[in-house]
Amino acid sequence: MNSSEDLYRANSIRVLSRIIDATMLGAIERYLKQAIVDKNSLVSSSALVSGILLYKISPEVVRRWVNEVTEGVSSQHEMVQYHALSLLYQIKAHDKLAVSKLVTQLSKSPMRSPLAVCLLIRYMSKILHDDISATNARAAYQFLESSLRHRSDMVMYEAARAICNLPGVEMNDLSPAINVLQMFLTSVKPALKFGTMRTLSEVAAKYPMSILKCNSDMEVLISDPNRSIATLAITTLLKTGSEGSVDRLMKQISSFMNEIADEFKIVVVKAIRQLCLKYPLKHRVLVGFLATFLREEGGFEFKKAITDCIVELMTAIPETKEMSLFHLCDFIEDCEFTALSTQILSLVGELGPSTSAPARYIRFIYNRVILENAAVRAAAVPALAKFAARLPSLRPSIRVLIKRSLLDEDDEVRDRATVALTLLGDNDGEDEAGADALVEGGHGAEETKGDGPATAGPPLGKPTTAHLLLEALPMSFSSLEKAVKAYHQHMPATAGQPLVLSSLPVVEEVAVPTGIVAKGAGKDGRSGSASAAEVAPDDPAEHVYKVPELERLGRVFRSATPVELTESETEYVVRCVKHIMDGYVVLDFTISNTIEEQMLRNVTVEVEQSDPDLYEVEASVALPELKCGDTGHAYVVLKLAEGNAAEPAAFSCELKFQALDVDPATGLLEGDEDEEGFEEEYPLEQLNIATADFMAKVSLGDFRRGWEQMGAEAEVLEKFALGFKRLQEAVAAVEDFLGMQTCDGTGSVAAGKKEHALHLCGIFVGNVPVLVRAQLNVDPQAGCILKIAVRSNQPDVSRMVADCIQ
Amino acid sequence: MALELLPQVKAVLILDEDGGRVSCKYHDRKEFPNLGAEAMFEHKLFRKTKSVHAPTEADVVLLDDVVAVFRSGLDVHLYVVGSTDENELILTAVLDALHETLLILLRGQIDRRTLLDNLALVLLSIDELVDAGKILEIDPSAIANRVLMRGADARGPQSSDVNFPQAIASVREEFIKRMGN
Repeated sequence: MNSSEDLYRANSIRVLSRIIDATMLGAIERYLKQAIVDKNSLVSSSALVSGILLYKISPEVVRRWVNEVTEGVSSQHEMVQYHALSLLYQIKAHDKLAVSKLVTQLSKSPMRSPLAVCLLIRYMSKILHDDISATNARAAYQFLESSLRHRSDMVMYEAARAICNLPGVEMNDLSPAINVLQMFLTSVKPALKFGTMRTLSEVAAKYPMSILKCNSDMEVLISDPNRSIATLAITTLLKTGSEGSVDRLMKQISSFMNEIADEFKIVVVKAIRQLCLKYPLKHRVLVGFLATFLREEGGFEFKKAITDCIVELMTAIPETKEMSLFHLCDFIEDCEFTALSTQILSLVGELGPSTSAPARYIRFIYNRVILENAAVRAAAVPALAKFAARLPSLRPSIRVLIKRSLLDEDDEVRDRATVALTLLGDNDGEDEAGADALVEGGHGAEETKGDGPATAGPPLGKPTTAHLLLEALPMSFSSLEKAVKAYHQHMPATAGQPLVLSSLPVVEEVAVPTGIVAKGAGKDGRSGSASAAEVAPDDPAEHVYKVPELERLGRVFRSATPVELTESETEYVVRCVKHIMDGYVVLDFTISNTIEEQMLRNVTVEVEQSDPDLYEVEASVALPELKCGDTGHAYVVLKLAEGNAAEPAAFSCELKFQALDVDPATGLLEGDEDEEGFEEEYPLEQLNIATADFMAKVSLGDFRRGWEQMGAEAEVLEKFALGFKRLQEAVAAVEDFLGMQTCDGTGSVAAGKKEHALHLCGIFVGNVPVLVRAQLNVDPQAGCILKIAVRSNQPDVSRMVADCIQ
Repeated sequence: MALELLPQVKAVLILDEDGGRVSCKYHDRKEFPNLGAEAMFEHKLFRKTKSVHAPTEADVVLLDDVVAVFRSGLDVHLYVVGSTDENELILTAVLDALHETLLILLRGQIDRRTLLDNLALVLLSIDELVDAGKILEIDPSAIANRVLMRGADARGPQSSDVNFPQAIASVREEFIKRMGN
């Protein structure tokens, strides 16, 4: 790399930077620094790009080059400028003030390289994203705006995109960017049109009104030869379209749908769903449109997207229900996808009986029994049974139909038919009300099949003790599966009890992070599965069952999220998990030792409570030995005092142990093996037990029905004033106080609303289901008013839950 | 973190008219961890673009979570692949640079046969264009000169500038220098 030939020098730098390690870097650092300021552009670019690579290996060395790199930013050569800017930013990225200074300074002196300007725009918009209220925000915006008039398309597009993506951008600030984008729409370059369309479609999602003026240009693009552009144009138009233009758009789309690939069709279907939710009056046209697609050729994903969309519209817009059901029935007449057929059949069974002419659906369903494969037949039988159960007038004829399935060649179909018939038969003589109290035919069968002989399930053959047929399971299948597994693992704790739904361990719903709104459809699926894999948590109470002293306490009802009792960088790090059991609370202290010269023996945590009447320290399990770097558990068992259901309490905690000196090099004890060590105490932060700790976040199925069934006998009404200015904050705080699961999507507040109704449910320790309705009103002057109604089947539990609000 | 803002090229590909590889260079090991993932991506990419002929202007396609811009030669397609939120025009600039460079190096012939015959030049051009996903140079004549080892800059080929007496002079100089040793 000391050759006089520029090319040799440049190439040797590039190669060296790939193979060198941190220790060798010092030897050539001098040459690299020289190379950065070399007058040849290739040499200096190579050195700068190598710098970006080397930054990962040893940032402190690269940081020393900052003067040379800064010189590079003002270089003659475009690429050198670009590379120097990116390296300089990387060096300074951790220091916000320096970055902001650098960017502001550079934005004043125009740079020659379009790439470098693009980069500068990105840095600028990053600063604005992090802190929109920065003092120099206005100047930053002006720089972006002036970049809209740059001579290079690349820069203009980058600037327009940056402006459109600014958080909370004003209409006025947006319009110059939209003007530029509108101009780009008529460009001949497909890449430019594509990029522009993509940006516009993102803007349309947030500010549909701002791009109305582009509509005519976008309509031209529907016939663009590039299908990606055409699809983007359509979906954007669907977002911005007014109610009047819907019909015209639909005509245009139907001519175009045949030409595009399935994944684009899915995008269009999703856009139509949005449109339909926006203009419910147009549902006839739009649902009809979706139904036409359902009849046309298409893969599983596409058909599934349409069915999901129709089903969603059915719940959102009740008027579409009957029409949509018919479309779906039409579809399963000729449907090659078993999964969709079964889904639709169970839906028809659910909704069909409550329509105006339920008898019409029987033919559709029975056709499936005659024509389809075993899985679909098995789904059709319970659907028929549901009609029979709900509609006494049809019962005799349906029984005849189901009887034919008794001789089916598939055992599942036969089983389901038998179950259905037994139930229907026994209830034949009873009155109308009795018909509702039928055994859960379909679900019962699935349950016994899925869980094997271990689950006896609800007693099937005895209609007198039957579960309600038309009720859904009280929990989802996945939580049922988890619960049964948990039950299995800790058999000894519950040995001898019959397995019924209510004795299953409570499985808390893990909030799956919905993730960032994925950019492509493919990404969506992937991130979904990835997060599902991450979430699969191990049971936090796992190790509690392994401690012999704790075994007799029974099963853990729920485990609270860990609480840190020390700062994370102290000598001993302690965190506590509260395991709630029936009548007991086990405090599970996770202790780690970070001192190399010490080994801890006989580690206990001593807790002292503020109010000794509430809890009684029953036992304490010590951790026998803790070496450096290890983590261990110590336990304290608290017994709830008589008459204390779940009162909040505060505990002061102290770590007690014997410290022994250890030789850090060998890890062996310095003294004798049986040396006593010196007693030590280490104060920890205070630990609180709140009533919310006793509440499991579980959703209990249909909230409204649950609410009505529960009745007002044990209802508690309260009114509170809270000190929140924003509705969303107040909602989050109420959720937090109560520790309950939100239902019906009431956890999120529409922007700009003044009031909000929140539905919460959960299970209190001792398997007491609790439902809460909260009405929140926010007044800018008075703060937040909360009206809360708590229902459960025990008045004192309701009272306690209501008292959780602070 | 700081690197996320830097324009990144995930891959530069050249595929023939049956979707077979002529030359492939992947820079993003997260997205394309192994040969299988690469082959699957190429297959998908090719299926979506084979019917489009884009000889003069770069066309663009959105594929899962990447954006690919591409241009067609006689019987080959050139692709530059970036992430979905990349500026398409930057990718296009890279693609155009590759296309121009190959035109210079292969004297206007971009077809499968010529590319394979001059594979060394093709591979070197791609290496000079993008280094570890970072754009190194987008000036076609500069890249061409570097590939041919004629000099680091965009100046025209030096050999043609040198006339006969100058050449004699430089040879003599060199000769004397060596005699001196």
